[in-house]
Amino acid sequence: MFKITKMRQLSEKQFEMWVSAPRVAGKAKAGQFVILRTTEFGERIPLTIVQTDPEEGLVEIIFQVIGKSTAELATFKEGDSLHDFVGPLGMPANVKKYGTVLLVGGGVGIAALYPIIKELKKAGNRVLTILGAKTKELVILEEECRKYSDELIIMTDDGSLGEKGLVTNAMEKVFAREKIDMAWAIGPSIMMKFATMTAEKSGVPVYVSLNPIMIDGTGMCGGCRVTVGDAIKFACVDGPEFLGSEVNWDEFLLRSKQYGHEEAESFEAYQKEMADLG
Amino acid sequence: MAKRSYTKTYMPEQAPETRMHNFEEVALGYDLESGKLEASRCLQCKNAPCIDACPVMIDIPGFIKAIEDGDMPKAYEIIARYSNLPAICGRVCPQEKQCEMVCRLGRNKRFEPVAIGKLERLVADWALEQPIEEKSTAFDKGKVAVIGSGPSGLTAAGDLAKLGYDVTVYEALHAPGGVLTYGIPEFRLPKKVVRKEIAIIEALGVKIETNVVVGKTITMDEIQQNFDACYIAVGAGAPNFMGIPGTGLNGVYSSSEYLTRINLMHGYEFPKYDTPVHQSKNVVVIGGGNVAMDAARSARRMGADKVTIVYRRSEEELPAREEEYHHSLEEKIDYSWLSNPTEYLGNDKGELVGVKCIKMALGEPDDSGRRRPVPIPDSEFIIEADMVIEAIGQGANKVLLDTFPELAINKWGYIDADEESCATSVPGIFAGGDIVTGAATVILAMGAGKLAAKEIDMYVTNKK
Repeated sequence: MFKITKMRQLSEKQFEMWVSAPRVAGKAKAGQFVILRTTEFGERIPLTIVQTDPEEGLVEIIFQVIGKSTAELATFKEGDSLHDFVGPLGMPANVKKYGTVLLVGGGVGIAALYPIIKELKKAGNRVLTILGAKTKELVILEEECRKYSDELIIMTDDGSLGEKGLVTNAMEKVFAREKIDMAWAIGPSIMMKFATMTAEKSGVPVYVSLNPIMIDGTGMCGGCRVTVGDAIKFACVDGPEFLGSEVNWDEFLLRSKQYGHEEAESFEAYQKEMADLG
Repeated sequence: MAKRSYTKTYMPEQAPETRMHNFEEVALGYDLESGKLEASRCLQCKNAPCIDACPVMIDIPGFIKAIEDGDMPKAYEIIARYSNLPAICGRVCPQEKQCEMVCRLGRNKRFEPVAIGKLERLVADWALEQPIEEKSTAFDKGKVAVIGSGPSGLTAAGDLAKLGYDVTVYEALHAPGGVLTYGIPEFRLPKKVVRKEIAIIEALGVKIETNVVVGKTITMDEIQQNFDACYIAVGAGAPNFMGIPGTGLNGVYSSSEYLTRINLMHGYEFPKYDTPVHQSKNVVVIGGGNVAMDAARSARRMGADKVTIVYRRSEEELPAREEEYHHSLEEKIDYSWLSNPTEYLGNDKGELVGVKCIKMALGEPDDSGRRRPVPIPDSEFIIEADMVIEAIGQGANKVLLDTFPELAINKWGYIDADEESCATSVPGIFAGGDIVTGAATVILAMGAGKLAAKEIDMYVTNKK
């Protein structure tokens, strides 16, 4: 069992959770993830590690309620324990000194982007960051990202914070203005696809962090496979970071939806159960 | 004594029409009377060939005699000297290729061999009903780490604890058992049986830590620092894909994913358990081994209208156990012999709608001695399918190996370990089971675990 030492609501559907997992905290690198299970009936949920406190043995994750498992996770409180928590899984982000880097994060994906921003800055890069979200309330980790960014641009769909528009609009402006040596885009799949296309137009290589459906997370089942270049890759062990230009996005997007029906069924049943409990 | 029956004593089974709709165990086990009757068929050979044919060399005539005498504690005591997982072996061992194949009774044309596996199961199931005794051994011989809690790791761990070692088993998943837990379905090996046999091993003093991916959560360096020796038994654990066009379509699974969803994650109990498994109408399973049988029979139980196994050779070469094949036929699994998939066909939503196959003919024998299947030109045909499960074997999982380059690997990507000693290129690091041999059987993995325990004992004793 893995004790939750801190739980904080960031917005209506976004939560920050710190979990006591000393071994994970001691090993985690930027870009890696954990898999957790709420209870013995739970599914294995992959979530990116936001940051760690190795001395205290703590791991921070941020998640957004999108279905039954995350809704249930949101009911956990400080002092409660998660049934399972394993990691750090996957390969670390390709952090090194590139020169000028552009980091693009969308929605809850900002949580996965933040540790990479931090490490790229520490590696001596000039870091430009674009954060995007629907509204002001959904822009998470703004101050943390700002701390490690030489420039921070915020885009919201409704203009309630920063500029009104999409992250790709901001990307185009940056590309028009200066040479970017390497870019990252982490967020909803569709955002990553378009961010990749935008970067490609300007000839800038871009890494994305894929979040397909996973089960074991250790390369055992192949459920998370993605076509990268001409090869079948397992996002859990070969990724989650890949060059966006090599990802077969259409296939990836369709595969992500393959349990849509069951996910909805499970979520509805859970909401009904919760409503019945009052 | 009554005249020996020509045939094995009947073991009741769930009727096919019933069991096709549930995940409960197919074979229901002997009662004591049937067991005694079957035990009385044993010739009690002096130089019993069955013992030599058993990878863990159980004193088979010995425990069978005890059953015949109605002395179950003694029968169990004999088996437990050799095997830490008898309820599992009694169910999943290929006895027809081992002990029962060489049984002298069975060598006589008119007789079937003694049902050794079924008798082993009887004894082991009896033992599972008894209270578990906590052993209070002094673990003063040394500390051993075992990586992987499958049949090989559990066997080594149990034997090492019995020898007086302080043993910690690291398991990457959230539940111990390896393939016994995520791979072999409930209807062939109830998870309750697996849990109980693991509890017996834990009662020997073995510590099992789940949620630890060695190479990620802890490193091999840490293991080498903190333990006197280590046994790597992580299994093969990386599914192969045919790699034909359409592999990315929704509805295309590896058998590892399909069976993990069902077994480890209890997908057949969705939505009580959160992990779903698709309910499909027409399921095609690629491959002819036991895993293919497990996948096909699971799909049958999940409610598929039609399940077809596509195998590139003929019935004669089918590698699956005869019993599994027989059960699959009873459960109305169809076979497309001498066929191989060439492409998965999808619709505009990225969903599988059919499997394009080609007819095969058997040519000259290949390296394995089996006749090599070759495609017959212009013989393509399509099987309608909304799910395809590839059960074509596994390769080596690299998660641990990539972090431990000192460890020598063979040309197939598995660990290069000595067959006679399980020793690897790194002193103190032993390896066995599927990560050395490639995907094989539970009992062979257990045999390696027993050998490793013995060798580790010698290594640690000599070092001190």
